[in-house]
Amino acid sequence: MKPRPFDYVQPETAEEAVALLADYGDEARILAGGQSLVPMLNLRLIEPAVLIDISRLAAFGAIHDHGDYIEIGAAVTQNTLLAWRELKLKLPLLAAALPFVGHFQTRNKGTVCGSIAHADPSAELPLALAVLGGAVVLRSKRGERVVAAEAFQQDMLTTAREPDELVAAVRFPAIEGKGVAFNEVARRHGDFAMVAVAAIADRRGAVMLGVGGMAGRPMVRAVDGDAAGAVREWAEELEGYEDLHASAALRRDLLCNLAPRVIEEAKQCAA
Amino acid sequence: MRRVNKNEKTRVTLNLNGRKLAAEAEPRTLLSDFLRHHLGATGTHVGCEHGVCGACTVLIDGVATRSCLTLAVQAHGRELRTVEGLAAPDGTLNPLQAAFRNNHALQCGFCTPGILMSFTDYLARNPHPTTDEIRDVLTGHLCRCTGYAGIVKAVEEVASSSAPAKAGAGG
Repeated sequence: MKPRPFDYVQPETAEEAVALLADYGDEARILAGGQSLVPMLNLRLIEPAVLIDISRLAAFGAIHDHGDYIEIGAAVTQNTLLAWRELKLKLPLLAAALPFVGHFQTRNKGTVCGSIAHADPSAELPLALAVLGGAVVLRSKRGERVVAAEAFQQDMLTTAREPDELVAAVRFPAIEGKGVAFNEVARRHGDFAMVAVAAIADRRGAVMLGVGGMAGRPMVRAVDGDAAGAVREWAEELEGYEDLHASAALRRDLLCNLAPRVIEEAKQCAA
Repeated sequence: MRRVNKNEKTRVTLNLNGRKLAAEAEPRTLLSDFLRHHLGATGTHVGCEHGVCGACTVLIDGVATRSCLTLAVQAHGRELRTVEGLAAPDGTLNPLQAAFRNNHALQCGFCTPGILMSFTDYLARNPHPTTDEIRDVLTGHLCRCTGYAGIVKAVEEVASSSAPAKAGAGG
């Protein structure tokens, strides 16, 4: 299908972009990579009055290494991050998770911030941000605020972003001396996961476990000792949800099978 | 600041396979439709129109992109390459196209233009991919008749024939 008509605006600076958002609020949508937005436009799931195209704004095109965290601008594509030289060293969890995000062709355009802003409950990047305890930088005409990942994504496709705010960047904490692992089960590679699992283990065996696809947003919990038992208990608590792709029971089952393996892999990687 | 209001048309000028072309487009005109209906370049095919099937993949400034997820206005001033730009002017197939023919990597051919453009980008970045890497790129395309074995073989053939000296394990 084709999108309904909308106005198209291409600001030349970040200031112009936030000024436009202040004017239009929730009538407007930010166009960065368009890999989630344009399908929704084409299917007429959304009908914004205005698209604000920030895809070529230099101000949003950088990856900044601040030492203890890496800040990724709103126009940085997933493949740009995947090709970043320091990725394996500073953000090993992203190096493991990014190949699961869509396909080579969609990662060429799809942005890191766009995926976080879109907030699909089974998407890989929001899960990685949550388990790492990262943050989202929101900018508006009123100023800038930094929101922790756990407070940012509130539910399915729902975030703490106000209508006049732009997801200007995301901050992934750099981790050193820890083991990471990521895996998921999807119908086909590149599809949204039915269940996705990320784990970060330290050398003493303490694990931070994150799961996607089990609730409206990524869930994170510390797991010590008996991993399989802890995962089973958590799976019952989370319940999971039912959709076209999987029943809640299948989701719980997938989690119980997948998570202990991912935890083990992260522990071995840490050792 | 560039602005185009809905239902208003703007002139989009781009370079398509080495030729400078221009036509009018509304903000909502998809690049895939712009190429086919406005510029008459019907080699780019339209399948699902939500980025899943990969038939509409083109190169924008050398980067493989879903043209159905790109607005025509976003292509203004850019360098586009489509399947029409692969063969020589006399119709001689380029090595990737020839390998597709040799390995029976197409049957109805609907998905082929997108696949050729994807691998044109990918092989420029990684000229000697492993079979797994080829399959991974191919997950971004759907083919409903030939199956994927011939396509993988074709890409392997062109990758190995372009190898000056076979690199270590995995190529």
